[in-house]
Amino acid sequence: MVSRVVTGAHYGLRDWLIQRVTAALMAAYSVALAGYLLLQPRLDYDVWTGLFSGQPMRTFTLLFLLSVFYHAWIGVRDIVMDYVKPAGVRLAIHVLVILISLLYAIWSVQILWGM
Amino acid sequence: MDKEHPKHLALHLIKLPLPGFVSILHRISGLLLFFALPLLLLMLQYSLRSIETYTQLMAMLAHPLAKLTLLGLLWAFLHHFCAGLRYLAIDLHYVRDLAQARNSSKAVLATSLLLTVLLGVMLW
Repeated sequence: MVSRVVTGAHYGLRDWLIQRVTAALMAAYSVALAGYLLLQPRLDYDVWTGLFSGQPMRTFTLLFLLSVFYHAWIGVRDIVMDYVKPAGVRLAIHVLVILISLLYAIWSVQILWGM
Repeated sequence: MDKEHPKHLALHLIKLPLPGFVSILHRISGLLLFFALPLLLLMLQYSLRSIETYTQLMAMLAHPLAKLTLLGLLWAFLHHFCAGLRYLAIDLHYVRDLAQARNSSKAVLATSLLLTVLLGVMLW
């Protein structure tokens, strides 16, 4: 018998799939960024801000960061479901992590478009 | 099947197998990176906002303790990255038996450590 709890998993492929899709996206972005930076003969403020001045780079960076937050949320939730048993404490941690992730997302937009 | 087995687990004798070791490090590194998120976002903000905050950030990062923290986070990222690729390979059925599971675990541990040392030396 499956006992469904509100602080449990969603019993489906969705989160499993999102975790892997975001992972692939983050991997591609990190390798591309690291490769670009390592190939620069010199890396200073102008080169660094120049990289983030265009809309495409800002958009892909935001996509990367949103993937980080969603991926992290799924991972933290999995860890919490394994080690934290009382439903109340679980719910409190889940709500906290979701709220923090949303704040991070807003902050990311401010960082990228407020520079 | 019996539902109630008596359990006599000698915890001090149980050794985590290598794939299990990589797995728990995957969790630990992921959690570390999650806790480091505000710090990393703050660094991104300081590096982009103005030349003053950029210079300020570079001065702070020159501190040995800051470098050590970043090196630790670099390892966490690289281990999480490599172990993650291994899980994707397992999902795609590229890892089929115990020997491959052990060898790929060794490869993950070695590659992430090697890359950490290599990038660490390059950056400093």
